[in-house]
Amino acid sequence: MARILKKEQWSENIFSMLIEARDVAKAAKQGQFIILIPREHGERVPLTIADSSVDEGWVQIVFQVVGKSTLELSRMDEGEELFSFVGPLGMASEVEKFPGKVVMIGGGIGIAPIHPIARKLKEMGNYVVSIIGAKTKELLIMEDKIQEASSEVIVATDDGSKGKKGFVNVVLEEYLAKEADSVSKIWAIGPPIMMKACTISAGKFNKPIIVSLNPIMVDGTGMCGACRVTVGGETKFACVDGPEFDGALVDFDELMARQRQYVELERKALELYKAKEGIA
Amino acid sequence: MAERLRPAEKFKRDRVPMREQDPNERIKNFNEVPYGYSLEEAIAEAQRCLQCKPPSCVEGCPADVHIPEFIDKIIDEDIEAAFKEIKLTNALPAVCGRVCPQEEQCEGACIMLKKGKPIAIGRLERFVADWAREKGLTDEPPKEKKQKRIAIVGSGPAGLACAADLANLGYDVTIFEALHKPGGVLVYGIPEFRLPKAIVQYEVDQIKKLGVKIYTDYVIGYIKSVDELVEEYDAVFLANGAGAPSFLHIPGENLNGVYSASEFLTRSNLMRAFDFPEYDTPIKVGRRVVVIGGGNVAMDAVRTAKRLGAEEAIIVYRRSRAEMPARAEEIEHAEAEGIQFELLTNPVRVIGDENGNVKGLECVRMKLGEPDESGRRRPIPIEGSNFVMDVDNVIIAIGQNANPIVARSATGVKTNKWGYFIADEETGKTTHPKVWAGGDIVTGAATVILAVGAGKKAAKSIHETLSQE
Repeated sequence: MARILKKEQWSENIFSMLIEARDVAKAAKQGQFIILIPREHGERVPLTIADSSVDEGWVQIVFQVVGKSTLELSRMDEGEELFSFVGPLGMASEVEKFPGKVVMIGGGIGIAPIHPIARKLKEMGNYVVSIIGAKTKELLIMEDKIQEASSEVIVATDDGSKGKKGFVNVVLEEYLAKEADSVSKIWAIGPPIMMKACTISAGKFNKPIIVSLNPIMVDGTGMCGACRVTVGGETKFACVDGPEFDGALVDFDELMARQRQYVELERKALELYKAKEGIA
Repeated sequence: MAERLRPAEKFKRDRVPMREQDPNERIKNFNEVPYGYSLEEAIAEAQRCLQCKPPSCVEGCPADVHIPEFIDKIIDEDIEAAFKEIKLTNALPAVCGRVCPQEEQCEGACIMLKKGKPIAIGRLERFVADWAREKGLTDEPPKEKKQKRIAIVGSGPAGLACAADLANLGYDVTIFEALHKPGGVLVYGIPEFRLPKAIVQYEVDQIKKLGVKIYTDYVIGYIKSVDELVEEYDAVFLANGAGAPSFLHIPGENLNGVYSASEFLTRSNLMRAFDFPEYDTPIKVGRRVVVIGGGNVAMDAVRTAKRLGAEEAIIVYRRSRAEMPARAEEIEHAEAEGIQFELLTNPVRVIGDENGNVKGLECVRMKLGEPDESGRRRPIPIEGSNFVMDVDNVIIAIGQNANPIVARSATGVKTNKWGYFIADEETGKTTHPKVWAGGDIVTGAATVILAVGAGKKAAKSIHETLSQE
């Protein structure tokens, strides 16, 4: 179980893997996540599901190498088994046929988790406008899949190497300036700073926006509370109450502070691992 | 074969003490604190047993361990027979011998307690189980198999006990465990220095040898519903544990450096953060650590903090020492390790620095008023007594709530207003004819042995019900 069936490197630091997990694929719904442990001494890493196939029995994960665990995962090969792979976890995105258009915003590797939600929304008959952005065109992922899952796609890069030049929240604002009347719902997934900016942009037009949070987690089943976030003044557990919340109610500054909790220890673990493995 | 003492001699002798690691040494490691009895010590303790008929100690044991019988076999120096006697009713003797509150169970019912020196039944059980493990004794699966299939949700003490009893009766038993290792609270909750994980693993492996299948990484409620289990199996036992930490709901609780005891202990025990960076999961313990609460979990957390390098590890508890729910032994161990106690003290708010890290805890002093519904005297804040402690971590160990994941996938299994399953105390039967429940998800946070007892009662009831079909 949890064998790596296929591994692709999409950019210097971004990888995609298809993991054999028949029962997880069967149960997975849009917006849910999994937790994996690469090897035995590893930590539990939560990743939102990018795609899954019931017929072929796999779940797709897309991740960026940021620390020891993701580096170790990226160096595992097709055919190897993950030490642990559990899911699906969290609440599914609440989808329905909305009146008017739905805007899906994916930033960086946040493009991956918007994919199953966009696809589901389109299947349900929604007009889906996807705004996907990355730093450069090299870092822009899953464009073709997003095209398939959307009615309309707007691409943006920070450096203008592809599509519009600028951040996705600016593109969102431009879009809403023209189309606000026809938009009934917005999703934004990406780094917290990007989700915060998109929430502010949506707020200017009084549009509801859903964000998917990725705080530090341990068990991912509501047992530990590591992932607590303040939503509308109340403490919620992102793992079981989320991961999606009304962006307007999320305390993003607290979320960002909590994500930095182990920065020094994470750096130390990464350096030791690189030294041990002889990685420059 | 050691001699049988006359009653007068039995009364004269004292309890055989158990040797343990020196407190100054043990606060620097995670090795188990007590060393356990030697054969000679075990025999000397066993010789004190009065062999009462009927034995009151067994009345006090939720696992129905044949206590006088196994003790008598220790005197015979036939430890293998003693082990088999225990295993007739208890699949987890090495665990129970260590973590049961014997003073409230078997030893609390021992006639020798009247003399102030009850038989050290827990230590003897532990001795026998450890001896069997060192000798590599293994369990045999039953010869006759039944066709009926049982699903158990959760591999903690209730689930394991139920699985072992049903497997011994020949049932085809499958356990579904949410985490990547079986054992539940025995693995994520109780620290290594109180219950070494290798011991839990061994007892789990024995249960597997009975034919029990354990699927880890399998969260019922997400990957499969209880409703589906009811369709696929002849009976379902829900033993998923309480599983949701309580917080204080005071300002500053989401600052960096504030942990629930569950998170703190899961990081250290299950994920082995005490061995970072050998293991990848980090844990951050500063110079001064406060643990809020007075139960066993609070003691486990504060003693873990000390071992992780806290110079000062402090219990903050709102009542007085007499009301602390932790076992006397745990409190004594903590005191010996230099844990400080701020009693009659309640936290008011956590204070953070400009980076969102904990730097202080404001508390208020309390006094005891009239008894409340729990029978304990209600703590009342003393106005104007607020003060601030400089602290780097705050660990909240004030109990658990019901985790809703399993319950919301279980149609027809009723819960009470707190989200715990409603189940008959004697049988574990729920409001669904094919579903039983037991352990903390019925009672709220309790002890390992009560969960074992609930698992056994459910196994008996499931067997009775399925035998009638």
